[in-house]
Amino acid sequence: MTVRFKGKAPSRRAFLKGTLASTAGMVAGAGAASAATPDPLITQKQEWAMGLGDGVDATPYGLPIQYEGDVIRRNVEWLTADTISSINFSPIHALDGTITPQGCAFERHHSGAIDLKKEDYRLMINGMVDQELVFSYEDLERFPRVNKTFFLECAANTGMEWAGAQLNGAQFTHGMIHNMEYTGVSLRTLLEEAGVKPEGKWVYVEGADASSNGRSIPIEKALDDCIIAFKANGEALRKEHGYPARLVVPGWEGNMWVKWIRRIEITDQAIESREETSKYTDTLEDGTSRKWTWVMDAKSVVTSPSPQSPIKHGHGPLVITGLAWSGRGAITRVDVSKDGGRTWETARLANPGQPMALTRFYLDTQWAGEEMLLQSRAVDETGYVQPTKAMLRETRGENSIYHNNCIQTWWVKADGEAENVEVS
Amino acid sequence: MSKYRNLLIGTAIAAMAAMPAYAGKFGLGRPALPEEVAAWDLDVSPDGTGLPVGSGDALTGEEVFADNCAICHGDFAEGVDNWPKLAGGDGTLADKDPLKTVGSYWPYLSTTFDYVRRSMPFGAAQTMSDDDVYAIVAYILYSNDIVDEEFVLSNENFLDVKMPNADGFIVDDREESEKHFWTEPCMENCKEGEVKITMRAAVLDVTPEEEGAEEAKAEMAPAAEETPVVEEAKVEEPVAEEPAVAALDPELVKAGKKVFKKCKACHQVGEGAKNKTGPELNAVMGRTLGGIDGFKYSKTMKAMGEEGTVWNEETLAEFLTKPKKYVKKTKMSFAGLKKEKDILAVTEYLKSFSQ
Repeated sequence: MTVRFKGKAPSRRAFLKGTLASTAGMVAGAGAASAATPDPLITQKQEWAMGLGDGVDATPYGLPIQYEGDVIRRNVEWLTADTISSINFSPIHALDGTITPQGCAFERHHSGAIDLKKEDYRLMINGMVDQELVFSYEDLERFPRVNKTFFLECAANTGMEWAGAQLNGAQFTHGMIHNMEYTGVSLRTLLEEAGVKPEGKWVYVEGADASSNGRSIPIEKALDDCIIAFKANGEALRKEHGYPARLVVPGWEGNMWVKWIRRIEITDQAIESREETSKYTDTLEDGTSRKWTWVMDAKSVVTSPSPQSPIKHGHGPLVITGLAWSGRGAITRVDVSKDGGRTWETARLANPGQPMALTRFYLDTQWAGEEMLLQSRAVDETGYVQPTKAMLRETRGENSIYHNNCIQTWWVKADGEAENVEVS
Repeated sequence: MSKYRNLLIGTAIAAMAAMPAYAGKFGLGRPALPEEVAAWDLDVSPDGTGLPVGSGDALTGEEVFADNCAICHGDFAEGVDNWPKLAGGDGTLADKDPLKTVGSYWPYLSTTFDYVRRSMPFGAAQTMSDDDVYAIVAYILYSNDIVDEEFVLSNENFLDVKMPNADGFIVDDREESEKHFWTEPCMENCKEGEVKITMRAAVLDVTPEEEGAEEAKAEMAPAAEETPVVEEAKVEEPVAEEPAVAALDPELVKAGKKVFKKCKACHQVGEGAKNKTGPELNAVMGRTLGGIDGFKYSKTMKAMGEEGTVWNEETLAEFLTKPKKYVKKTKMSFAGLKKEKDILAVTEYLKSFSQ
C-alpha cells in the first residue's frame, strides 16, 4: 500500500562488514597469465564429455540453469506493509542486452496479481463514443496487430535515493524497470472502432483487479502510440504483468500501464483517481505538488561493475556496461565518468537508440586496480541531459519520491568491490 | 433505441456471415448493454459525476470504519505499521518528511469516495453499501478535523466540502522549470578539485541480505523439495503426538497454501512468523482464542479464550465462515471464506505448522 522511502537507522554492523569485505577481496595480477601447470579441466576427461545429458523434454518449459539461481527479482521488505500491495526489482545488474526476460521482470501490484482466464476476459469501451462496445479476448486477436519494444519504468524507481545513497545494488536503486517486445492492438484501432466523440478529451483506463488502478490519459496520447498488449517477448503476458491483456503507454510512468485492463472510458475531464492524486504526484520543496508528470525523463545507470556485480577478474581489460532510456524518444549518447563527474568519455551504444526503449552501452576500457567513482549520463534526442542529484534537489527538493532520474555513482574500490555512494 | 436494436441484429448477422456488423471498421466486439456499463462504470469525478444517491454520517462512519478499516488504518485513521495513515499531517507538506493523508494532501473528496467504494476494504473490495461508503468518507473527514461529528455527507452536499490541499497542485511544468537540463554536456574539468564521497549506502545497511538467492537456487535445482510442508510436519511428528499431523493430506495442504494467500496480507505462518496486522499462526490449532501474549485482540476474542474456547477444526470452520458472526466485533476485517473446501484446505495447511 504505502511505499516508504526512508530507511532504517544506520548500523555499525554494516560498516564493519563492509570493511571486512574489502580486505578479504582479491587483487590478481594484470594481463594474460601464463599457466604453470596443465589445466585438469582440459587434460582430464570430464564426465559431461563422456556420459549423456538430459533428453529433450526434461523441462517442457525451460528455466535458467541452477547456476544462474541468483538472477531473480528481489523485494525490499521494509518498503511496504505486505507483499500483495508491493513491488520487487529486476536483476538488471546480472542481465545484458536490452530485453528483460518476463520471469525476472519486476512486479508491482496494488491488490495482488490476479488469476484471469482468457475466457473470462472482457474489455469495455464506454463514455463519449458513438457505440459503447465489449470485446472478448478472441476479438482482440482479430484486429491488426503491432509489435513494438518499450521500457516500462515505475515512477518510483530510484525513489528511495532522494535523501541520500541508501540501497546497495543497481537492482534495488534502478530495478523497477523492464523492457519487452509487445504484441497487441493499437489503442487507436479500438477507439476508432467505437468512434470517439469530439467532446472526448481523456480516456480513463482501469484494471479488473480490486485496486482497479484507474488512470486518466489525454486522448492525444491514447490515439498516438498506446497498445493493448497480450504478448510480451513472443509469449503470453505473465500473470504478474497483467495476463491476458495490459495497456502499454510508451515512455510514460509504469503505473499508467494498467494490467488486466477491463475498461476504457472516454470522458471530458480527468477522473483524478487515487493513483493520480494521492500517489504519483511529486511534492516540491515549498509543499506544492506537480501532477500529471507522466513522461519519464532520460536516465541511465551502470549495471556492471556495481555493488552486486563487482569486478572479479584481475587488472587489464574491463567492460563497463549499463542501460539508458528516455520517455521523450531515443537515446543518442551516453557518457561515462570514472572520477565522479570531473571528466567524461563517450560510451559505445550496442545499437542505435530506439524511441522509448532501453539502450545498452559499453565502455571497453582498462583497469589497473585504481579506485573509481563510476557514473553514466544519458542524452536523448530532444537534447535533454540526465542531471546530477544536486541539480534535481535544487529544483525539486528531497520529497518528490517519484521521477528521480539523477546520475548514479558507484564507488569501485581497489579490490573490485563497489558501493552506492553520493559525491560532492 | 432503434439504432441499438439494429446493431444487435447486425451482430447476429455478422456472426453467421463473418462480415463487419456496425459502426466500426472491423465490426468486432458487440454493443455494451446499459446494465453492463452501469456495473463497471463506477468512477466518480471531482465535479461529482458518477456519485450515487446516498448519505452517511460521521458517527455511523466511525463504527463502520472500526469494523472494516481500523485493522490496517487504525481506529483514528492514524495507520497501523506500514499501512497508510489517513488522518493528520496538516501543514507538513513543506517539511523534510511530509505526512500525506486524505486531510493534508488529497485535493478532491471524490477520490476518497471513488477509491473506498471501488477498492476497499483490502481483500474485500466492493462489499460495502454506498451509504456505508458515505459514512466512512464522512468519518475520515471528521478524523481530519474537516467536519464535526454530526456531519452527514451525501450526494447533495458532496461538492460543498472544501479539501485543505485543493489548491496545492500544479500541472507538470518540467519543460519550463527544468529547461536548464536541456544543455550541452560538459566533458572536461566539470568539477573543481577532487571529488569527495559525501554519503555511503553501506553505512545505512538497509539493503536486503542475500538469503533469497539461496532459496531460489534450491528451487531451481531439479527435484529439490517437492513437498516441503509435509516434510516439516514429519519432523514435528514425534513431539506433536497428534494423529492428525501424521495423516495430513499433502494435496489438501497444497490447496490450503493457495487459499492462505487471502490471509497473507495480515497473517504470517511458518519459520520466523511474527505478529503483523493479525497474530502469527504457527501452532494455531489447539491454541486458546486470543492466546498470543502481547497481541491486541478484540475483547470478545479475549473473553472467549478466557472461557476456554480453543481453535480446532470446528471452531476455526465456524470463524472462517463468518468471522464477525462467530466472534462479534473481531478486529479481523476479512469477510469469510464462502467455500467449505477452502476452509478445509486452509485448516489442513495451518495444521502443517503445528509446532
